[in-house]
Amino acid sequence: MRMRTTSALAGVAALTLLTGCGAADMTKQASPFANAQGARTVTLSVQSWVGAQANVAVAQYLLEHELGYRVDTVQVDEVPAWDALSQGRVDAILEDWGHPEQEQRYVRDKETIAPGGDLGVTGHIGWFVPTYFAKKHPDVTDWKNLDKYAELMRTAESGDKGQLMDGSPSYVTNDKALVKNLDLDYKVVFAGSEAAQITQIEQFAKEKKPFLTYWYTPQWLFEKVPMTEVKLPPYKEGCDADPAKVECAYPVTDLQKYLNADFAEDGGEAAEFLKRFKWTTEDQNQVSLMIAERKMRPEEAAKKWVDSHESVWKKWLP
Amino acid sequence: MATVTATAARPALPGALRRPAARKLLVLALAAAVLVPVAVTQWGGTAWPGALTVDVSEPLGRASDWIIDNRDSHPLFLYFFGHVSNVVVIAVRAVYLALLAVGWAGVTAIGALVAWRVAGVKLAVGTAAAFLACGLLGMWVPTMQTLALMVVAVLASVAVGALLGLAAGLSDRMDRVLRPVLDTMQVLPAFAYLLPVVLVFGIGVPAAVLATVVYAAPPMARLTALGLRGADKEVLEAVESLGTTARQRLLTARVPLARKELLLGVNQTIMMALSMAVIASVIGAGGLGDRVYQALASVDVGAALAAGIPIVLLAVVLDRVTGAAGERLGESGKSPVTWLYALAAAAVVAAAGRIAGFLEWPDAWEVDIAESVNRAVDWMTAHLYSGVPVVGGTGDWAAHFTSWILNPLRDGLQWLPWWSVLLIVAALAWLIGTWRTALTAVLAMAAIGVLGVWNPSLDTLSQVLAAVAVTLVIGFATGIAAARSDRFERALRPVLDVFQTMPQFVYLIPVVALFGVGRAPAAAAAVVYALPAVVRITAQGLRQVDPAALESARSLGATSGQQLRQVQLPLARRSLLLAVNQGVVLVLAVVIIGGLVGGGALGYQVVFGLAQGDLATGLVAGAAIVCLGLMLDRVTQPTERRPRKGA
Repeated sequence: MRMRTTSALAGVAALTLLTGCGAADMTKQASPFANAQGARTVTLSVQSWVGAQANVAVAQYLLEHELGYRVDTVQVDEVPAWDALSQGRVDAILEDWGHPEQEQRYVRDKETIAPGGDLGVTGHIGWFVPTYFAKKHPDVTDWKNLDKYAELMRTAESGDKGQLMDGSPSYVTNDKALVKNLDLDYKVVFAGSEAAQITQIEQFAKEKKPFLTYWYTPQWLFEKVPMTEVKLPPYKEGCDADPAKVECAYPVTDLQKYLNADFAEDGGEAAEFLKRFKWTTEDQNQVSLMIAERKMRPEEAAKKWVDSHESVWKKWLP
Repeated sequence: MATVTATAARPALPGALRRPAARKLLVLALAAAVLVPVAVTQWGGTAWPGALTVDVSEPLGRASDWIIDNRDSHPLFLYFFGHVSNVVVIAVRAVYLALLAVGWAGVTAIGALVAWRVAGVKLAVGTAAAFLACGLLGMWVPTMQTLALMVVAVLASVAVGALLGLAAGLSDRMDRVLRPVLDTMQVLPAFAYLLPVVLVFGIGVPAAVLATVVYAAPPMARLTALGLRGADKEVLEAVESLGTTARQRLLTARVPLARKELLLGVNQTIMMALSMAVIASVIGAGGLGDRVYQALASVDVGAALAAGIPIVLLAVVLDRVTGAAGERLGESGKSPVTWLYALAAAAVVAAAGRIAGFLEWPDAWEVDIAESVNRAVDWMTAHLYSGVPVVGGTGDWAAHFTSWILNPLRDGLQWLPWWSVLLIVAALAWLIGTWRTALTAVLAMAAIGVLGVWNPSLDTLSQVLAAVAVTLVIGFATGIAAARSDRFERALRPVLDVFQTMPQFVYLIPVVALFGVGRAPAAAAAVVYALPAVVRITAQGLRQVDPAALESARSLGATSGQQLRQVQLPLARRSLLLAVNQGVVLVLAVVIIGGLVGGGALGYQVVFGLAQGDLATGLVAGAAIVCLGLMLDRVTQPTERRPRKGA
């Protein structure tokens, strides 16, 4: 027993020695790979959809080639990204789809995260059917008629109901409540990740099969598989306040950027650049399509866009 | 003589088994006759009764809020977790900076020279080639990040494991206490405990390193204890008679005698840590795992493979080098002088590399494999998914597999009354093990009910059972073939290596492309992952069957099929059971990750918990997975395994 106490004490002592005495600040926890070899590093969080990759690719390219930074990227889901941002493990989120709870906690209460302004892209979530199917059956685009087509949307996974395919569990979704509250003959099947969802959509499209999916704009996949939105009961301010009682469509969101509060203050040129970073849906889609469909490396795709849009990004440089 | 063993062994087995088995079943039936009526009148219905569940979501939600609100101010974090986290960050950073400072030429040279001294010329060349391949694939920096993370995680795991093993090896009481703990740690799917570490340490390297230590330390602890306990009694007595103190005996006799086990422990720890390095990318560990994960976000199998190959190469090199080091232990000593030469040579190369500017891998030397891989995958999905004449496409198979096997199995399990599920579990576990294993299994299953995730757990269970069945059919067939043909086994070995070490994430997208979204691709990925272990154990078990027994069967004129059925398979029963056990545990680990491709059930809930920072959902599902793993392990655990492990 005595030996154990001694070794425990020794352990604590070693810990303190190694990290300097006193308190360790959990809000200042940079990545161990940051600022290696004297380079100035910015760590950006990438979310799992391609639009977010496109933002990061272009920001990374410009930070590296115009401002002389080294950029590290980390793939993190949306909510944990907020947490990582507040701890300083990442410096910025470039595309946030609206997380009021996190905003309250970190931006207003703890003030460890600072808003970084509009990204310039407008986001919208909805239910979509492939356009080739909507053309044949125009009435499918109203939610009231969805039950008529439930049989066609059946898969092995959804059993005797129609399949409404949802994506990653990290995405903002009310679909389960919607199906229930609108009393639809559908079952929500979660693809589990956007990659799986895209793969499945492409597979369906190849065979011209009908399907119903949760999807969002801006998204590069529309260029490859044209889809038409299904009209849900219109969105009104506050109609989605109670997640269990939602029976309206998703809102249109101006996507936001957020920076770590310390980084926003002392981040120098990089922080200034990221705050000014603002482009259009069309710009983002160009880059996304190059990355996801033409399988270009994000760096090459960013270079291509940067080379032809100098007037846009010149304004971002501090 | 040999004939006697062969023929005597067979009738003896069922005879010995039948009587205790009957007795066990009788006891169980009696217990059921008393308990079941009570249970049914009290809590009817098929699903787990609501009255017997405990809702932990509220306290868990409060705990998670407390942690987030107090993480920046509470002394527990300021003076303990904060320091732990800082030490990890500093250590990983130090290794990473050192690797970058040595440069690619230096790292390759040092790797090759160490491999040469430890394992010979052939592996030295292999090591150098592996490092260069990482550079050629454009993955040098991520590889170094993963390597830095690995070095720290492996050192920490080895230290923790060796300490635990030392305690268990020297004290019987510690051994009894630790054994179930280590058992449990080893059957836990890694995915399940990412969430709690993330909550405390946040996304990033410290959480990843700590999760890796939890995952990778048990084999080290177990093998250390095994080595210390297995030390030759006579040698120990001889040392003791020299009048040494306990500490001297430990350092001069027991530890050196256990060297082989210690090295094997290090080897196992490295392999486990490497597989965890990829899973940890979900919580922002960076490095190669992160590249795999990012590539998958844009459905880019080629890029994922480019990041996956370095992981496989690292794994194979580290496995072979440490393995060879273990085998060479007994050989005549190498003089320390050659080590000095080797190190000096490495230093020279590193310095020369620095001067020549060979620090960062030159971009021009990168080879892009992504495009051709993606073309191959596209071709596969375009031509195999549907409309293949006669056999049907993979998409059709998946649909049939889902509606003919997975759905009935799931509905059947969920249709069974809850108490009958417990009874079946108890019967299976008791028949194959002791009353203790049966009790653990039943309690684990009951805990799932109490946590309120009975139905999703049975859903996951049905996926595991279906995938295990497929794995065993293919695995046993391949294993038998490998045991019978040396050439086949040699050809198979690299394939198995790749399957076993390739990060599971890499084949999640191809399986979706081939089998669509849902439970079928999750099952397919699980089969691919669990197959190598089953094949290896089966082949090894069959090969170890006493050649004399086979010879005598042959002399009696048994055909090759008869030899297999009547001699080899019965005699290899223990290995086959172990293969089943390993298959089950491995399949469970991947079925969980199948939550990322539409596997649903518990896997989805864990992913959901991680993605939404929802401790209640994620942790309950994680706990249920752990219970499921425990139950499955106990139900399939051959009795013989326990004494052998602890011996």
